[in-house]
Amino acid sequence: MMPLLRRALAMPLMMLGISFVVFLAIHALPGDPARLLSGPQVPENVVQGLRHRLGLDLPFSAQYMHFLRRALQGDFGVSLRDGTPVSALIVQRLPYSLTLGGLAYLVALSFGIPGGIIAAVCAGKWPDTALMAVTLVGASLAGFWVALIGMEVFAVRLHWLPLMGAGSWKHYVLPVFVLALMPSALILRMTRTGMREILRQDYIRTAYAKGLPSWKILTVHALPNALAPVVTVVALNLGGLVSSAVVTETVFDWPGVARLLVDSVRYRDYPVIQGITLLAVLGVLVATLVADTVNLLLDPQHRTS
Amino acid sequence: MMRNRFGVPVFRRSGTTFWLGGSVCSFLLLMAMLGPLILNADPSRQDLYHVLLPPSFAHPCGTDAFGRDIFVRLVYGLRLTLGEITVSLIVAAGIGIPVGLFSAMAPRWLDNAIMTVSDVLFAFPGLILALLIVSFLGPGLFHALLAIAAFSVPVYVRLARTMLVRIHHATWMEALTVLGVGRTRIMVRHVFPNVVTSLLVQLTLSSGEVVLAAASLSFLGLGAQPPLPEWGTMMSDGRNALGAAFWPCLFPGLAIAMTVIGLNCLGDGIRDRLDGRNKK
Repeated sequence: MMPLLRRALAMPLMMLGISFVVFLAIHALPGDPARLLSGPQVPENVVQGLRHRLGLDLPFSAQYMHFLRRALQGDFGVSLRDGTPVSALIVQRLPYSLTLGGLAYLVALSFGIPGGIIAAVCAGKWPDTALMAVTLVGASLAGFWVALIGMEVFAVRLHWLPLMGAGSWKHYVLPVFVLALMPSALILRMTRTGMREILRQDYIRTAYAKGLPSWKILTVHALPNALAPVVTVVALNLGGLVSSAVVTETVFDWPGVARLLVDSVRYRDYPVIQGITLLAVLGVLVATLVADTVNLLLDPQHRTS
Repeated sequence: MMRNRFGVPVFRRSGTTFWLGGSVCSFLLLMAMLGPLILNADPSRQDLYHVLLPPSFAHPCGTDAFGRDIFVRLVYGLRLTLGEITVSLIVAAGIGIPVGLFSAMAPRWLDNAIMTVSDVLFAFPGLILALLIVSFLGPGLFHALLAIAAFSVPVYVRLARTMLVRIHHATWMEALTVLGVGRTRIMVRHVFPNVVTSLLVQLTLSSGEVVLAAASLSFLGLGAQPPLPEWGTMMSDGRNALGAAFWPCLFPGLAIAMTVIGLNCLGDGIRDRLDGRNKK
């Protein structure tokens, strides 16, 4: 339990470091943000007022403390584009991103785990080779390219699916497929590796010798023990999922958080960039911690170490 | 595990992935070096009388919305892609490896501090960190490459540090020292092969990631800017023609897929060949 506790205690410290990186990145901007915001024509006294209002005339450390205090209260300032609070913008868009990501993981798990078991059982035979080739290709494709080709085939030519946007269940099909590509490949590979390791063990041979049906050996005896690396890889891949969501949501004009981030980068809307970045990193850190906890529950051997 | 007819385990030495990846990568290298010389064409020459022509003998991949030959642009784009890989990996490994080696030899508190900073950077999802960096450096291919290098640095810090620590504490290192083997011989015959394998595998696999990340940033309009024949930029252009013509999107994506598959195969292949124990 101790290492986990230490990790949990280290997390606020990590977040502090991360908030500093994000703060520094935004404030290391060349030039005066207040002048940048108001444009070149605005008279100096107005810029001075804005500078004061944004707290930019305070010393650096005071600005950072101010930023931290507000961030802890969930206040990341207001968008420079339309003055909406950043937290409100994020809360409004988060459900779209979460459903998309959740569905993608669901698809990835329901393809990757059975696929991995099949590949491990048929190790070295053609189903294994075929599945490994599919995962290699799936992990090597550019998500936005798959998205564009999918749009061309299923939306433009066949009219089966809508082109972009969010609405009915049909809007989910293509983005979920594109997002699920990479995690499916990873989960399949990890399941395969884990299962091959487990299937070699003595207790599996004993189970076969006892005459247990092989489906039962695979699912009840082997799979839970092979899942630890899968849980880890799912958590570690969350960062990758966030990265591919950035491109996928943009291509499909999906009203999610990642799309908002890309728009904000184009407009240099720094408060929004700050808020979303912090949220994404927090998500990844929490996911890693959850994965470690689940692994502890799955494998009692880790509990003592 | 495969066994022969006497029940003895046989390790299949299938080098398929290695050879496949190796030949794809050498083909691409050759193409990047010789292609522009053979084609002798201008990748940004517009021909507004022949826009969006489907693939034909004269234009193997068709033409884009400005009548530019897509195949020619792909070949020039390949040079750009190789340049992207080189720049971002040199920056990432050039910063990451010395820092990692230093960290391994530094006093405990400094080592901890460096690794914490590296972990903080590593916690950022790759493209998010890249967007953060591009948002204050401004869009552009070079800035995008720096951003990509930034999120690869922690990987090399950790790799270099782990390798040095592992080798330092390895039993074989102790054995060689006790046997009185010279330092040079230990370095050349034992340390170097150990280090080079992991590094080569990591560099090859990161090359694939660099290609995908650079294309993604360019596709979002934050990396290479038109009219550069960067593959992501070409797809971003081709997106507007979608519905009328699919080839401006299709072929750059195929080029990316081929490059990344080649690199991933080569990386996996090198690992399997040079590290017999780690067979999967």
